[in-house]
Amino acid sequence: MAVSVETLDTPRVIHPGYPRVDRIFHGSARTVAIVVLVVFGAIGLFLGLKSIATFHRYGTHFFSQADWNPELNKIGISATLLGTVEVAIVALIVAFPLALATALFISEYAPARIKATLVALVDLMAAVPSVIYGAWGFFLLMPSAKYVSRWLHQNLGFIPIFRVDTDPHAAIWAQSRYTGSMFIAGIVVSMMVLPIACAVMRGVFAQAPPGEREAAFALGATKWGMIRSVVLPFGRGGIIGGTMLGLGRALGETVAVATVLFTAFEVKFRILETGGNTISKLIAERFGDATTVQLAALLAAGFVLFLMTLMVNTLAAILISRSRSGAATEI
Amino acid sequence: MTEPFDTTIVLDDPPVATSSDEAVGARLEAVGISAWFGSNKVLDRVSLDMPPGTVTALIGPSGCGKSTFLRILNRMHESVPSAKLSGEVHLNGQDIYAPDQRVTETRKRIGMVFQKPNPFPTMSIAENVTAGLRLTGMKVSRSERADLIERCLTRGGLWKEVKDRLHEPGGALSGGQQQRLCIARSLAVDPDVLLMDEPCSALDPTSTRRIEETIRDLMLDVTIVIVTHNMQQAARVSQQCAFFLAELGTPGVIVEAGPTKRIFNEPEDPRTADYVNGRFG
Amino acid sequence: MSSVVLPPAEISVSPPAGAQLNGDHPRRINARSTDDVLSVVGSILGSLAFVWMVYFQILPFSGLVGFAICWYVTFLLTYAVVTSRAHPRPIVVSRVMAATLTGAAVLVGLALGTVVVYTVIRGVKALAHSNFFTHDMAGTRPQDPLTKGGIKHAIVGSVIQLSIAVAVSLPLGLTTAVFMTEVGGWFAKVVRTVVEAMTAIPDLLAGLFVYVVLIVALGAEKNGLAAAIAISITMIPIIARSAEVALRVVPGGLREAGLALGASHWSTVRRVVLPTARPGLATSLILAMARGIGETAPLLIVSGASTFFNLNPLKQPMNSLPLFIYSAIRDPNPTMIERGFGAAVVLLGIVLFFFAVTRFLARQRVGRQ
Repeated sequence: MAVSVETLDTPRVIHPGYPRVDRIFHGSARTVAIVVLVVFGAIGLFLGLKSIATFHRYGTHFFSQADWNPELNKIGISATLLGTVEVAIVALIVAFPLALATALFISEYAPARIKATLVALVDLMAAVPSVIYGAWGFFLLMPSAKYVSRWLHQNLGFIPIFRVDTDPHAAIWAQSRYTGSMFIAGIVVSMMVLPIACAVMRGVFAQAPPGEREAAFALGATKWGMIRSVVLPFGRGGIIGGTMLGLGRALGETVAVATVLFTAFEVKFRILETGGNTISKLIAERFGDATTVQLAALLAAGFVLFLMTLMVNTLAAILISRSRSGAATEI
Repeated sequence: MTEPFDTTIVLDDPPVATSSDEAVGARLEAVGISAWFGSNKVLDRVSLDMPPGTVTALIGPSGCGKSTFLRILNRMHESVPSAKLSGEVHLNGQDIYAPDQRVTETRKRIGMVFQKPNPFPTMSIAENVTAGLRLTGMKVSRSERADLIERCLTRGGLWKEVKDRLHEPGGALSGGQQQRLCIARSLAVDPDVLLMDEPCSALDPTSTRRIEETIRDLMLDVTIVIVTHNMQQAARVSQQCAFFLAELGTPGVIVEAGPTKRIFNEPEDPRTADYVNGRFG
Repeated sequence: MSSVVLPPAEISVSPPAGAQLNGDHPRRINARSTDDVLSVVGSILGSLAFVWMVYFQILPFSGLVGFAICWYVTFLLTYAVVTSRAHPRPIVVSRVMAATLTGAAVLVGLALGTVVVYTVIRGVKALAHSNFFTHDMAGTRPQDPLTKGGIKHAIVGSVIQLSIAVAVSLPLGLTTAVFMTEVGGWFAKVVRTVVEAMTAIPDLLAGLFVYVVLIVALGAEKNGLAAAIAISITMIPIIARSAEVALRVVPGGLREAGLALGASHWSTVRRVVLPTARPGLATSLILAMARGIGETAPLLIVSGASTFFNLNPLKQPMNSLPLFIYSAIRDPNPTMIERGFGAAVVLLGIVLFFFAVTRFLARQRVGRQ
């Protein structure tokens, strides 16, 4: 039965002998992927190339100049860049605890029958077009939120960011000074950040090993004790990663911000006060009547935004994949 | 001194094809097969002759390369990117790894049944049986098709149970039935050899018995090579056995191969004796 | 032979006297005790009453909002105190956290609810007129009453643009996904990284890119096709990512079975993998469509908010629902704002419809297994 043969014991070259149709299949799939890659790479490359002229022309003044005055040739994104970051931070501060709480609720406390529905509702929240959030923010939220702004100004006004250039204690107070602020824009953007972060976090919490959960209960832990000792540590990567993904979204949000925020070109730290600007709002509103030079400047601003979101999202992806929960997470 | 438990396996006379001349299957010969995954060698110069009309059982503890060897026999090994091999596999004298050989042709002639039954879920039972034909572009007329389905399901030992529900989805059957469906599916492309990788390990004893009966019926026209962890099963279905072993850190080898009766009752190598007597693995 | 000690023969196996045995009826183990339920209800009502009385002595800010906040905080405190009367600290903490998390989730649900409800309330008036669906805005001034004008051009524009976008992005996205899962290799990893990065770029930049490349450089005009291309740029990575997930879920054993039968890789993919993944693929497409139809930012750049009905994507600007809503709600005329909200209801309805279809598909799949 056993045949003994003297053979050279090194690996041989195998000719796969794939049928021709497979070579065509692999080749075309690869070509399409290359095309897609080229298109996306082109976007970044394009913005970058077009920005060079602008950076050349304005130099670092581009980042220090707050005004956007093409006639006077004074163009800079310091105000808009700052505004982008401020709105995003407000959105994160509002959205993060709510997203975390909602994700925990859905994965740990919700009755099994409605869990799928709740997950779908979160996805639905992400799919509502931003223009509708903008309308809601402008017509429903803003009239109510200005009271909250005023309350914050009255009671926490000693903190510089909460100051507004008007008297909060006046009997008839200047309502318009509190509308169209970055604070309100941030709340509206948080409605878009929340479902993204919540979906990632919930997905991660669902992966927490049931064995560890049971071990916690077997040791006598309460439900919250188990969550704190098993689910949250396990989900740390997803929590941070999901938040950063939400941050990326917040940085790039255009329409809702354009609807709710009133334009002002100044480097402003006072988030409760009316007026502000973000890069995406700037681009959306200014490009229509932009000359070639102005268009190049807008593209440069877009390139800065592109780099920011790319960095934030790459960081998010790394954090999520590095963590324990990362391996199986779909972001 | 007697062992506390007597592990001697009592064999009936092993199932035998009437004679080699009448057996229709093909002769499969592995000649000096070595296999690597990356730089990790997992098989070392393994050779085995699998004559037509026989059932060859590959036995041995987990992790000694039995499944790898099996997958080399139908060129599934190379679908792993880091896989390498040396040696030759002769199907009726022709090396299946020769440059002019088409891998798809080889796999049509050497079929495989897997450990976990995998009927195609989007197809009905009848469609599963003819799936091999449809996937490989072999045409068959409508009248022939019904005959083919009945023939393959009968050979697979499933016809009586499903003949009234051929249009139900393939996934609706029990585990044992699914595995027999997979056997029928493999038979539809008319292979000369059927490789079976622990086909019964996920099944209950009744299904296992049905499949062993199927193997005995198929033996005459299909050469069968079966990997099994269950020594009693090897004794029940095979005429010859090959005992694989991979000692710590070394690649797998065939320690001993020969007629099943001899391997179990009078093994030449002490390691074989230890294994078949249940002292390890 | 060692001796074995047998148990004494007189051990009784009947239950001790007085034990409550109820044979076939399971005991309720996890039920909430009356005490628990009353704790919650009592805390809610008590804090409500308390805050109601006290609240109107403090300077009322935004009436309802401030009241709700005060009440919720008071409820949590009350509940904590009530629970601590009967339970040790870890349980109090656990219960209060449960109440907090539930409250937060309810808040989020309410927020979403107000978005939907408010949009519908403000949009109903416009929807009541049938001309809203059958006319466009050509020849209608913004201040004209709702009996004149409509969003036919916007609806049709959205449909046309979405169809073109799907026709472009589905083959590209799906093939990329197939490449990533079936062909694999180091290049597939590169593609996957880039695709993931691209799901995250602001959609505005996609519009900017299309504008500069197609309109400025190639001299095309702002038309429906440019808008459709901008939309498809945002849809491709979404489709590619979720289709990849749907394909990866197909068990590897099915692919092996196909190959072991002697089938080519293409045949296995085409006849086994793709049909098995079909429900997941359909879901990813529909979810991408839901996102695509709501895309606004790139349209601000490459599309013109026209007023007239236009079926030709190649010539002249083509309006669409999100663009119409954006310009309508900024209009000083109240009737125009109402039209905007009416269009918003239509858009929201379409998105909801897409979602309902995916839920239906998901349930179908479960039923068949």
